[in-house]
Amino acid sequence: MTPSSSIDTAGAAPHDEHHDHHPSYLVDGTTIKSWILTVDHKRIGLMFLFFVLLFFLVGGIFALLIRLELLTPGPTIMDAMTYNRTFTLHGLVMIFLFMIPAIPAVFGNFMLPLMLGAKDVAFPRLNLASLYIYLTGAVFMLWGMLNGGLDTGWTFYTPYSTHTTTTVAPVMFGAFIIGFSSIATGINFIVTCHTMRAPGITWFKMPLFVWAIYATSCIQVLATPVIGLLTVLVAVENLFSFGMFDPARGGDPVLFQHLFWFYSHPAVYIMVLPAFGVMSEIVSTYSRKNIFGYRAVAYSSLGIAFVGFFAWGHHMFVSGQSTFDAGVFGVLTMLVGVFTAIKVFNWVGTVYKGAVDFKTPFAYFCGFLFFTVFGGMTGIALGTVSLDVAWHDTYFVVAHFHFIMVGATIMAFLAALHYWFPKMFGRTYHEGWGLVSAALIILGFNATFIPQFLLGNNGMPRRYYDYPERFQALNVASTAGATLLAFGFIIIAMYLTYSLVYGKVAGKNPWRSKGYEWLSESPPPTHNFVGPQPTFPEEPHFYVDPKKAEVPDAV
Amino acid sequence: MQSSAHTADGAANLPRLAGHFASLEVQNHAARLGMWLFLATEILLFAGLFVCYGCYRFLYPEAWAAGSRSLDLTMGTVNTVVLITSSLTAALAVHYAKAGENKKVGVMFVLTLLMAVGFLVIKYFEYAHKFHIGTLPGRYYHYEGIQVTGIPLYFTVYFCSTALHAFHVIIGMAVLSVAMVRAFRKKDFGPNNYTMVELGSMYWHLVDLVWIFLFPMLYLV
Repeated sequence: MTPSSSIDTAGAAPHDEHHDHHPSYLVDGTTIKSWILTVDHKRIGLMFLFFVLLFFLVGGIFALLIRLELLTPGPTIMDAMTYNRTFTLHGLVMIFLFMIPAIPAVFGNFMLPLMLGAKDVAFPRLNLASLYIYLTGAVFMLWGMLNGGLDTGWTFYTPYSTHTTTTVAPVMFGAFIIGFSSIATGINFIVTCHTMRAPGITWFKMPLFVWAIYATSCIQVLATPVIGLLTVLVAVENLFSFGMFDPARGGDPVLFQHLFWFYSHPAVYIMVLPAFGVMSEIVSTYSRKNIFGYRAVAYSSLGIAFVGFFAWGHHMFVSGQSTFDAGVFGVLTMLVGVFTAIKVFNWVGTVYKGAVDFKTPFAYFCGFLFFTVFGGMTGIALGTVSLDVAWHDTYFVVAHFHFIMVGATIMAFLAALHYWFPKMFGRTYHEGWGLVSAALIILGFNATFIPQFLLGNNGMPRRYYDYPERFQALNVASTAGATLLAFGFIIIAMYLTYSLVYGKVAGKNPWRSKGYEWLSESPPPTHNFVGPQPTFPEEPHFYVDPKKAEVPDAV
Repeated sequence: MQSSAHTADGAANLPRLAGHFASLEVQNHAARLGMWLFLATEILLFAGLFVCYGCYRFLYPEAWAAGSRSLDLTMGTVNTVVLITSSLTAALAVHYAKAGENKKVGVMFVLTLLMAVGFLVIKYFEYAHKFHIGTLPGRYYHYEGIQVTGIPLYFTVYFCSTALHAFHVIIGMAVLSVAMVRAFRKKDFGPNNYTMVELGSMYWHLVDLVWIFLFPMLYLV
């Protein structure tokens, strides 16, 4: 086939690579219309980034309000009903509008075609549509939240949600619409992986981030329709009292829980699997080593996606499920731990004897490793029926899912943001500030949620407005941690915004990574690669000798 | 090779090759794969309702038996026959599209759409009858004839699943109408360009398939 455009990046001449005739995607068309009607996956990724960050800000502000309210027992800054609406809004916005689309829709969109040597995703217009579907859903959801609010928590448990007079229907409808966006993105990525790989990229030469996104997309496609139906049924029931999940009319609320968790448990992996993929890229790049056990890491993504579908019952250990069912769900839950451990050991194996370049993304990798292992281990503990009965609906669960879902995903999101920042914007950020804020965030996160493990273990229930005096010290510690966390994010927002304009020009491959996406320009031109379609004879994480790769590259 | 496949062999009926695909073959493969995945999600959407059906049937076997018997088997059977026949005409449309006989494609879709309307009309009569006698879901149930525990739930399941199915019928009609107009107006379907007809018909088969599950579940067993 056509000769590769630029495979040997290590010795690439610094300035001959500039192709001025191919403007980067950022400046190829500068009208508003050229952005809002674009079909370029990179621009769509950037627009997703903007909205995802916006909703992260909203969700984060509400998190701080919750922590402020819990600073002292009794009413502190709001009344009980406002508190219920606040934590519901925090959960809904963070899960449906931030966590689920964060990595797939932003970095998946931006990087997947680049990593496959493709010019775009398979269905570019569907891709744009998924952005607008997402925004439509967000509007419905936030409109409902602002006009009366919702006090059910993000889990919408029946029969309460079918009876409450708060605005269930628009919020449920919003969730339903956002589900469509998720399905569209998933279908798009699966088809892209199947049909758009450049010559030379076989399945087992796909970068591990692509594998993770592929596995995530399978979950999105298979799980989301079920919650789609469920949200419609609950909205209908709340409006018209059809009795589907209302015990007073013969319905079964436990059936609701089954259908809800059939999606919402796999949804955890929609959030965290892409994070695993990001980390596989980063650990390889900054250790200057081929990933240890490429196939094991790739297969374990599919493994997590698969067993993730059979673990939902662990949310229902106290719902009157039979002991046998609970045992089966417990064991299946622990299988997720096995597949995750495969990944963790392979990451550690990659770092071992690597030439570690301790940049900001690697700092986040360290935080990520801690949150994944600690969050994962507490997950195994919660998968044990006898322990779960004690910890059920306490702050222990809150701390656990924040560690694994939020901690791991935020680490990966920030790592990806820093790692791919030069690729996306052509400029680098300030490394010193990067490390400082990473330290603040990792510290702040631990300070926020480790006290919550202790609170839960001491018996403080989740979602409670008030608590006895003896829990106050730990709650204050948690709020202090959340404040630290907020400072970390403010610093990041400041220096990244600064770097957008004033950052040092990055060059094609500032990290000297072997990832395929770095073969393109930074920022990439509209059709991703200059010249004929590139071929990729090397494996994506192919570092022959860590020491040799240390030769500095002109940037 | 990458830019376009316009009039390469003089045939007018070649679809436009989008710039990001390597070849037409890949483009069609992608479209088909995407459609299959989408249909899988549609099946899963209904699967949630099937789970509800299964659970409540297990909880209220008598209500389910009584509910089933109260439905109009003749109308249901006629509707099933109508829908299966419409699936046949949709399949024939694909056959004619491959042969490039655009007029016949259009006619087949007209027949399909007529049957779809017929299906909805019959469904309307069934619904109207139920509204009249009061076999309605949940708290609206006020029919004196059947008083078994759980019977309002049977009609909840009945109305939710048939309404969702009817909604899909309407979407399917919209999709097939677009293909029909294109067959009549542009006449550009042919051996190399029948993806739109094929995918539209696939969607219609799904609508049919779901009914083939709903009919025995609600009317027969």
